[in-house]
Amino acid sequence: MREKFIEFRNVSFRYGDNEPWVLKNVSFDIYKDEWVAIIGHNGSGKSTIAKLMNGLLYPQEGEIIINGLPVNDKHVWEIRKFVGMVFQNPDNQFVGTTVQDDVAFGMENRGVPREEMILRIEEVLKAVRMEEYRLTEPHRLSGGQKQRAAIAGVLAIKPEVLILDEATAMLDPRGRKEIMQTVAEIQQQSEISLITITHDLQEVVKAERVIVMNNGKVWDEAKPREIFAKKDELRKIGLDVPFVAVLADELIQNGIMIKNEPLDHDEILEELWTLHSKM
Amino acid sequence: MDITFKDVSFIYQANSPFAHIALKDVSFHIPSGSFVAIIGHTGSGKSTLIQHLNGLITPTKGEVRIGDYRIHSGKKPDSLKELRSRVGVVFQYPEHQLFDETVEKDIAFGPKNFGVPAVEISKRINEILPAVGLDENLLDRSPFDLSGGQMRRVAIAGVLAVKPEILVLDEPTAGLDPKGQREMMDMFYNLHKDQGLTTVLVTHSMEDAVKYADQVIIMNKGSKYMEGPPEEVFVQRELLNQVQLDIPEIIQFLHAFETRFGSHIPFKRQTIERLAQEISQVVKGADLRE
Amino acid sequence: MNNAIIIGQYVPGNSLVHRLDPRMKITIIFLFVIFVFFANNVLSYSILTSFAIITTAITKIPFRFILKGLTPVWFLIIFTFLLHLIVTKEGIILFDILGFKVYSGALIQGFAISLRFFLLILITSLLTLTTTPIEITDAIEDILHPLKKIKFPVHELALMMSISLRFIPTLLQETDKISKAQASRGVDFRTGPIRDRIKAVVPLLVPLFVSAFKRAEELAMAMEARGYQGGEGRTKLRELKIRKLDIYVFLVFLLVIAGMFYTRNY
Repeated sequence: MREKFIEFRNVSFRYGDNEPWVLKNVSFDIYKDEWVAIIGHNGSGKSTIAKLMNGLLYPQEGEIIINGLPVNDKHVWEIRKFVGMVFQNPDNQFVGTTVQDDVAFGMENRGVPREEMILRIEEVLKAVRMEEYRLTEPHRLSGGQKQRAAIAGVLAIKPEVLILDEATAMLDPRGRKEIMQTVAEIQQQSEISLITITHDLQEVVKAERVIVMNNGKVWDEAKPREIFAKKDELRKIGLDVPFVAVLADELIQNGIMIKNEPLDHDEILEELWTLHSKM
Repeated sequence: MDITFKDVSFIYQANSPFAHIALKDVSFHIPSGSFVAIIGHTGSGKSTLIQHLNGLITPTKGEVRIGDYRIHSGKKPDSLKELRSRVGVVFQYPEHQLFDETVEKDIAFGPKNFGVPAVEISKRINEILPAVGLDENLLDRSPFDLSGGQMRRVAIAGVLAVKPEILVLDEPTAGLDPKGQREMMDMFYNLHKDQGLTTVLVTHSMEDAVKYADQVIIMNKGSKYMEGPPEEVFVQRELLNQVQLDIPEIIQFLHAFETRFGSHIPFKRQTIERLAQEISQVVKGADLRE
Repeated sequence: MNNAIIIGQYVPGNSLVHRLDPRMKITIIFLFVIFVFFANNVLSYSILTSFAIITTAITKIPFRFILKGLTPVWFLIIFTFLLHLIVTKEGIILFDILGFKVYSGALIQGFAISLRFFLLILITSLLTLTTTPIEITDAIEDILHPLKKIKFPVHELALMMSISLRFIPTLLQETDKISKAQASRGVDFRTGPIRDRIKAVVPLLVPLFVSAFKRAEELAMAMEARGYQGGEGRTKLRELKIRKLDIYVFLVFLLVIAGMFYTRNY
């Protein structure tokens, strides 16, 4: 059994006493070195979860435990050392006047010596494939490049969990692809838990587990394949079903019995080929 | 109104060390009443292109014709205001342009500037609200109290209230969740049909281009790269790959299917439902090639 | 984007002037500004002018571009010159047009003062043209460092400056975007009576403020998430170092100044 890294225990949150609950009685666990996707429509509470995970917000009810420490005023700075976060808007989290300055910002805050910073900057920029932009100013970067710089800045502080809070929502398809590729590589190469928060079902295929949020509650928690199977229900809560899943459904309507909920083109073609050979 | 570009070039900060060519000899024609999708990477010149449509910028070289209006290099038409009342532009994240005290005042801002009488404005607002999916009781609220999705609809209503003949949409669904995106695109398509608009959509979504556009213009590094109906443009996989553009998923799938099964199912903008029927025929052993 | 923004904007390069330590550049410019007032004859002015022009040439920034950037101050320079022609009544009368007498002293003084003015502006604009704003910020932080002892918030000030610098292009882009959006809705920023034009600014300013506040809020959150807790215990990546090159350049500058003083008595 894997070690629990983040625990949400009956967490409820709202922005003020007269405001509606954004999260209501939410419980789940996230394990070490796991990739979890949290999906839901806009306003489903998914981004609030991210902010609760490193003490940018505190819940009114329930408890959040990260790496054995409860998230509260006393531990929050300790917790921020191993929880790295990348936010939605590429511009509003870029502090430095160049890429390397921005990557250094987190390390400077933690008093990392200058010589060490220089080594780590080189290392993390390589990991996100941004070596050649070390001295570039933010307004000369694309959204995807800014987000990769943000990821590098987080990696530089060697966190144990990386949270991407809708980090691809404002990017064009190329930027989105770059980020997803970068993230997948990082997950493979290092022992880091990854939490990607998104409303794009295409992005959850590679995750090990998906938590679906709806109206402040955990609507479902399962493997991507199992989530994809619930097409009609997903549509009802404002999410889109990928092409492959829709096609599989339509094929079944036509008497082609696709069984193992396919996740991509190769999988569905493989099944079709098998069926074809038997006919 | 027709839109014609004739050898249009545009250079930002010409004659300075920061000079940057944004458009290079772009020519095309968009007939009145069509729905055109403009596609290209960030920085391909799309945004610069659409700013020519209502005279926000004038070409450095060449000529833009919108109906009878002519915009030459360095010279804006005398009737610029009139042109802008006939070409509505919904910019990316249009909710950022909201500023007035109430939703109603903000929607009325555009038509008021263009001299539409107050009675006519309130009549238009009543028509537009249901079309953009806003409730009437929001009219007295401050636009800043609304949700992101509602704010965007208010901003769009503000553009529609001018009753433009050409509607320019710059990635109107950016940042919305899938359901919101679908609803918004359907809304624009209905408006396009009902009011006989000429619609110019800047998008990154090949799926939207396939679904709604009659004509596709693909931009690359400031030049026009491809042009034509979606079913002709998107099947040219190699050309699109060369500029690293996505291919609509259905076409990718058809290609993978052909490689695997050896039978060619042509792309004719079919629905997934229809596609499933065609596939099942092949899988069940019928030969489409005949 | 507006062309006026170019004035004094950093032009990337790798010239000797670009590579100098920003503190050295500030020191030299500061001293130059003072010593310009000591020049008193053709020779001493020539020495300072040559220094300014040679320095400009070394930057490899096109001279025409720099002059274009100085457009707004040309008016002041010419105005100063004309003022001297009218006011000063020294030396011999050079010519007399319709009772308006121009003295030789006026011509010489007017020229000298205008030249002084021009040199001041040229040399100070070289600082911003060849130094990134962040280098200037670092230099100021370093120069102000002793004030920390009297609890002056040097670190906070420098951070504020560097974040402002970082967001200037972003906000300019945003201004451009919003003004275009409002222009599309029929706002006219350029023509009409002043009152209408002032009114036209409201639809631009309100969205800009709303967005700037939103950015500030998100930025603060991002900084907190990245462990920012104030200047205490922070290390710095950017480092300023006086190198041999800086010393040599400073010596050359001292020689120029010495030469200027020497020629004063000619």
